Amino acid sequence: MKQFSYVRVTSGKAAISELSKDKTAMFLAGGTNLVDLMKSGVTNPERLVDITRVPLATIEATKTGLRIGALAKNTAVAEHPLVLKHFPLLSQALNAGASPQLRNMATVGGNMMQRTRCHYFYDTALPCNKRNPGSGCGAIGGFSRMHAIFGASDKCIAVHPSDMCVALTALDAVITVTGAKGERKISFGEFHRLPGDTPEIDNTLQRGELITAVDIPFNDALQQTHYLKVRDRASYAFALVSAGVALSLKGNNIADVRIAMGGVAHKPWRLKEAEAYLKGKPATEEHFREAARLTMAQAKAEEGNAYKLTLAPNTIVEALKLAAANGNI
Amino acid sequence: MGTDKKSEPLNRVDGRAKVTGKAKYFAEFEVPGVTYCVLVTSAITRGTINTINTKDAERAPGVLAVFTHLNMPVIPGWANPANPNAKPPSGGEKYQILGSNKILFNGQPIALVIADTLERAQYAASLVKATYNKATHQTDLLKNTEKAAMPGRFGDYSRGDNKEAHKTAPVTLEADYTVPVEVHNPMELAGILAIWEGEDKVTVYAKTQGVKATQRTLAGAFKLEEKNVSVHSEFVGGGFGMGLRTWPQEVAVVAAARQLKKPVKLVMTREQMFNLVGHRPYTIQRISMGANKDGQLQGIYHEATAETASYDDFTEGTVAMTRFMYACPNVTTKYRIVPLDRGVPIWMRGPGEATGAFALESAIDEMAHKVNMDPVEFRVKNFTLTDPEKNKPFSSNNLKKAYQLGSEKIGWSKRNATPGAVKDGEWLVGYGMSTGVFGAHRGESTCRAQLNADGTLVLQSATSDIGPGTSTAMVQIAHEVTGLPIKQIRFELGDAALPPSGSQGGSATVSSVGSAVYDACMALKGVLADAGLTFEDGAVKPAAGKSAGLPQVLAASNKQFFEITKSSKGGPEQQKYSMYSFSIHFAEVRVHPLTGVVRVKRVVTVADSGRIVSPKTAASQMIGGVTGGIGMALMEEGVIDHRFGRMVNKNLGDYHVPVSADVPHIETIFIDEPDPYSNPMGSKGMGEIALIGFSAAVANAVYNATGKRIRELPITPDKILSA
Repeated sequence: MKQFSYVRVTSGKAAISELSKDKTAMFLAGGTNLVDLMKSGVTNPERLVDITRVPLATIEATKTGLRIGALAKNTAVAEHPLVLKHFPLLSQALNAGASPQLRNMATVGGNMMQRTRCHYFYDTALPCNKRNPGSGCGAIGGFSRMHAIFGASDKCIAVHPSDMCVALTALDAVITVTGAKGERKISFGEFHRLPGDTPEIDNTLQRGELITAVDIPFNDALQQTHYLKVRDRASYAFALVSAGVALSLKGNNIADVRIAMGGVAHKPWRLKEAEAYLKGKPATEEHFREAARLTMAQAKAEEGNAYKLTLAPNTIVEALKLAAANGNI
Repeated sequence: MGTDKKSEPLNRVDGRAKVTGKAKYFAEFEVPGVTYCVLVTSAITRGTINTINTKDAERAPGVLAVFTHLNMPVIPGWANPANPNAKPPSGGEKYQILGSNKILFNGQPIALVIADTLERAQYAASLVKATYNKATHQTDLLKNTEKAAMPGRFGDYSRGDNKEAHKTAPVTLEADYTVPVEVHNPMELAGILAIWEGEDKVTVYAKTQGVKATQRTLAGAFKLEEKNVSVHSEFVGGGFGMGLRTWPQEVAVVAAARQLKKPVKLVMTREQMFNLVGHRPYTIQRISMGANKDGQLQGIYHEATAETASYDDFTEGTVAMTRFMYACPNVTTKYRIVPLDRGVPIWMRGPGEATGAFALESAIDEMAHKVNMDPVEFRVKNFTLTDPEKNKPFSSNNLKKAYQLGSEKIGWSKRNATPGAVKDGEWLVGYGMSTGVFGAHRGESTCRAQLNADGTLVLQSATSDIGPGTSTAMVQIAHEVTGLPIKQIRFELGDAALPPSGSQGGSATVSSVGSAVYDACMALKGVLADAGLTFEDGAVKPAAGKSAGLPQVLAASNKQFFEITKSSKGGPEQQKYSMYSFSIHFAEVRVHPLTGVVRVKRVVTVADSGRIVSPKTAASQMIGGVTGGIGMALMEEGVIDHRFGRMVNKNLGDYHVPVSADVPHIETIFIDEPDPYSNPMGSKGMGEIALIGFSAAVANAVYNATGKRIRELPITPDKILSA
């Protein structure tokens, strides 16, 4: 690990100001990913601005929704009564991620900012356009079992690893960020980006901006939820494919539905076409299957992740079935 | 002992020390002036180092030395210009750590950086920059099978006329099985701490499964008398085989410590644990098999082809089980190794037998299905009480009873023979079983017994405890021979200066060291008898007609204690009988048909391993072995990107081992009948059989659940979906 300087701040304003003093400076929150990246020599900041004492950990109801501070710990969010009551999908997704120890440290903002777990990204002896633009994509033609089937480019097929972000995408969350020029809002679906020709850029946050909060609009009709994470072991593994579903039924008809997937793209993958198809239709396996088929029309796989062309639609169908069933149990 | 008397289940005698942190592992010993070594490793797989720039590292704060092939101190017992014929401990001719600019495998050490703190050594290591001349490498066994060679050990075997038997039988089967690279990954990282006193005497704290083996390796490397090499390894945080060797980088650290005249400590990184301390070799296997319609096996052909290093042969007993397990008149086995540009493999729990049992026990299940027979019945039909390879009776073999007990416990009768027929909600339910077997080895071992005036008994032997509970078993044996209370008996191990024993490997510790403990305690009885004393009612008492107790007798003869040292090994019975330890695994699985997820729901494991010396730690062994078996069956795989020759998932986040949620209740059953010939306790080994065969039980259960036969481990969701 390279030597770095460390400063702890207690306000957002100080954080932004401290960050501007060094062009390699980075915010440090839970550190569950950044410290690993530094140890591997992937990220080499010369200055760390510790923001854990900035008062941004509040979880509270607003008039229109729930506001979660960017420094709220993953565990605190997953266990919060308002989250459990209004957004069970978020709690389920959080608890499907990492391990209790990591969730106790990791923050909401940090979860959003975590980087891909692509093996080529972490190994500085191997090519990776995300780590070292222009060096090539190691995963293409290599070990691509964990990689993207949607929205990938010939520069990068990495996936975003978060479970929480899948739920927040499905729930139409809005992110608040603040910087030298003031505050702005980013809808969750616009935060992470596809790799295109610049896979080194993960998201639309600008240099010098600090994530302060995430707002999730109340939509209490969407009470039937399921987060299905398919992985190689029962806990502490990244998703091969995951699907988060929140829906409401009127009789046996789908009144409203939100679906997003993880482990399939460089960003949490919202299934708007499938949602539009399902709205108003009976909650049957046949319709779930068709919704999955519509989604998969855009999918493209490497040899190593070709199984996801089967697994992804199956996961959508299964998550929809389980969400539709949980109101009826 | 050696009788039907059952042992009591004892808690680990060192359990409290382990959970309170009192037990010290090698890296925890505090030595004044200790310095820290960090390895810099190769980014390429084959070629030569063109330039290596160490200047920045040497100038970094706290750095004491940077050793590369250009300035590595001579290791006198290894090949060097003055002594070209000496061999490195690897046994090969070509690889010596930092011995030349040659790169023979990815992740090979190219520099040792030593500094006054670990952090400074790590930082300086990041400043060492090498350039290479790359050469073409070969790491893919499947593309190099033409290089397959018959090794010196494990030659071809044949009985009967197998050329046609397995092909012309009424029912035949031919199938290929693959076991990937697996990596031991004990919790405790590997390494060594070396402290020299002058040029000719060294003390090391090491992570090793054999203190005597480490002593011999270092004595050879540095041309020292063994007594001048002090090796300590009282507690070991798991080994699974990787500690059966003192690795070249550990020897290099000892050399660096001598050169610097300072204590040097190396603790490898988790990533280095994937490249530098061995692994289970990637192995492909072909089995063809013929049987009569009634299920009687007619012929088995079993060929295994495994990777080894270009610079060293590694071999193991992959096809051994096929030769003797079943009553089959015609059997042929072949074993080949393929040299690759990889670090050398080493035995990993169960070793080759676990790899071979996956293939054989899957094939047996396939054949049972082909002849429409229950897999348990099929095995009973082909059961043999005589080892058909050696033409000798088994010293003991209670497999039939084990099949019966295991079947009853798992509820085998509930199994539906038709695959895919049973559902639990959306999940498919399947049952599978398999057999495991491993040689019941007994090596030579020595134990010193010391009976103190206060009635405490101290036993000493230079053995190890990598986790199974060696001391607990030894204390139990001594307790059963002498009757002294457990709390009065202490067993000392993990020091090469103690009476010699072999390394802890091959499930032989209780049989070997335990026999020495047994013999020493029996001999101590004789010593006491000569002194007019006897063990009686859990104490040392005056013999009949005598009045002086232990303290008085010792005082009268001016002694602090009675002592006796006994060496122990097997006799002619070892040649007369075929000695094996057996296990039967039953697994119930759930398979999710849409997502391909497999969950092991229940496990029953039956061990036919003689008399159980220490029931509680023996059960723990079985549970640990089955847990390793779940990893082998469902998730463990070291993935190499052959374009680079480099492992890609070299961390415990991406190389999956079972977490608690993957491990169901594991029921362990012991036949617990003494083997009349194995050793004085009547025990047989436990550690390997706990894992051997288990992966096949899972694969067979997955087949029963789904009708899908997965012949390539691990059985991950993608394979279920693609099958």
